Amino acid sequence: MADTASLQLSAVEIRDLREIAGTMIPADAALGVPGADDPAILADAVKSVGCDLALIREALAAISVKSDGVFADMDRDAREALIDAYCKMGGPAAAALGRLVASAYYRDDRVLIALGLEARAPFPKGHELEQGDWSLLDTVRKRAPFWRDDRAAAKE
Amino acid sequence: MADNEKVDVLIVGSGASGAAVAWSLADTRMRILCLEQGDWVKSTEFPSNGRDWEARRYTDFDISPNRRGRDTDYPVNDDNSPMKVANFNGVGGGTLIYTAHWPRMHPSDFRVRSLDGVADDWPVDYWTLEPFYEENDRMMGASGLAGDPGVPPRRPPMPPIPLGKTGTRYAQAMNRLGWHWWPSDTTVATTAYEGRAACINIGHCTPGCAQGAKASVDITYWPLALRAGVELRTRCRVREITTDAHGMAAGAIYYDADGRECFQPAEMVILACNGVGTPRLLLNSASGRFPDGLANSSGLVGRNLMLHPWPIVSGYVDQPLDGGRGPITCMWSKEFYETDRSRDFVRGYTLQFGRGTGPANQAIIGAAAGHLPWGRAHHRVFRELLDHRVNIGVACEDLPEEHNRVTVDPVLKDSHGIPAPRVDYALSVNTRRMMEHGIARAEEILTEAGATRLHCSRTALNSPGHLLGTARMGNDPERSVVNAWGRCHDVRNLFIVDGSIWVTSGGVNPTSTIQALALYIAAEIKQRLATLFD
Repeated sequence: MADTASLQLSAVEIRDLREIAGTMIPADAALGVPGADDPAILADAVKSVGCDLALIREALAAISVKSDGVFADMDRDAREALIDAYCKMGGPAAAALGRLVASAYYRDDRVLIALGLEARAPFPKGHELEQGDWSLLDTVRKRAPFWRDDRAAAKE
Repeated sequence: MADNEKVDVLIVGSGASGAAVAWSLADTRMRILCLEQGDWVKSTEFPSNGRDWEARRYTDFDISPNRRGRDTDYPVNDDNSPMKVANFNGVGGGTLIYTAHWPRMHPSDFRVRSLDGVADDWPVDYWTLEPFYEENDRMMGASGLAGDPGVPPRRPPMPPIPLGKTGTRYAQAMNRLGWHWWPSDTTVATTAYEGRAACINIGHCTPGCAQGAKASVDITYWPLALRAGVELRTRCRVREITTDAHGMAAGAIYYDADGRECFQPAEMVILACNGVGTPRLLLNSASGRFPDGLANSSGLVGRNLMLHPWPIVSGYVDQPLDGGRGPITCMWSKEFYETDRSRDFVRGYTLQFGRGTGPANQAIIGAAAGHLPWGRAHHRVFRELLDHRVNIGVACEDLPEEHNRVTVDPVLKDSHGIPAPRVDYALSVNTRRMMEHGIARAEEILTEAGATRLHCSRTALNSPGHLLGTARMGNDPERSVVNAWGRCHDVRNLFIVDGSIWVTSGGVNPTSTIQALALYIAAEIKQRLATLFD
């Protein structure tokens, strides 16, 4: 029987993820948005780890090493600098961390409404899309055909 | 091993080409069976039905089978390739997850040796395929605008998708530069069409259209083919094509939905597994008579893989545009498509103009490009980026090179123990020069459009899933795998109708040409029925 504990983030890892996510996207009272460490957003992220579990663990471990295990005790500037440096290094683990946090954060109702978006799935309502300015095509219509006609080339 | 009743035609794969050939052959009243390793995907399963719609493009609707990892997928070892394999295994195949961009090849694409002195000419030309392009446009339901001076005349049955704010911004810039642009042909229904509802701008076209406005063959060809009597058997993974004492294809060994090994006998076999799946199957069908793989006396099965390098140049303007609220692409430019001897490369590329994306994906790609910081500045910068994104894809033609190839991996296997494909691919000097030329032009366009924060993603992130060339057509059996109408030179009742038979790749999305070729081959089969195996 599989060890289910190994298939999900541990309590310690969730605590670390909360500190990191809250640093990556902090709450902003002026904008009226929560941080990515908000309990509902964090819970959404934790349950969404899925096949990225190993990469997320790798990212958490790397950040822990870089902070000598005291990430949560560092001041905000130092935490942001550390996250920034880690993410700029790139790689699958950093990408997975960004994907996990952003995906959970930018589907939260409070965040979407603050952005002026509707908190809903795209279907079935869809969206309005204006036609745009088709008169701009008039210039192009005047142009002579310029694709190569292989039949003409064969006659030459 | 369970045996089945013999069929006249066995098709392997239910994607773009398998569906088209099944539908076309149905009017012969032959008994036709299609085996598909994937399953039907209901429109209610597509991501745009749910609030996690953006995240699912990285999970169960990722374009990479390795990342998607469904039980219907097989793994691909593409470690030795800067471009990764994209596909989908299900009824409809890759049409479920394509962008529905619908350009045709140009006439010059079929005559590259004669016109440009590179690669080989195709054994068919554009004009032979033209009626099949037309038929396919009607079947799939193409939208577009006639009169484009950059391509041969065609008559899309529906009007084009809107330019929107984003397309208008591009068009203004292109007119100032004096460069060609035109609204893209797509298979997004812009009006009600043959039972499909018109597009409502869900905006998340790639991982399946919940509205059914995007044409995928599960909702175009297959309902008609099934009604005409074709049988489609899902969750059946073919392991190998067997041959008889005369060297003719006898049928296929496959694993059914319950994992049982079965044999399906057939009078003729048609492969429609595309440019990675088809050579994998042929190589896995090696036998005493065909020790190097089936239909491989030329040694070219798996070789000449072409993947369409596809740099994407992006930027951000000061005006809110369409964001992700509309079909992904809106226009193309053929300004740099045809060979120009003043350049340092031959052949050319299409420029594809894209809209923006949803908020989560904007954050992901903005951070990956280094434009979006994490921390307290995140919110301010994110608001400058969201809905302000413009991007241009450079659809480059890569020429066939034998070292770019699909082989069978010696270690990696799928869930049935069938050896998985391995891809080895490298970019040529000509391709690199073409890419850089296209990137520079895209940067000029975006700059003219007022964009800043320009960023180019060259290859690793942009794998369009165009899998071409690994069982090429030709008249010479020593230099090709199938003849001018898709029949294998070595096995006269074995046909291939997918992207693997392409001789060169053009600089366009391939699905319309793959299907036109499949319809053409089906027509040839029907005309030659009395002497088909001679």
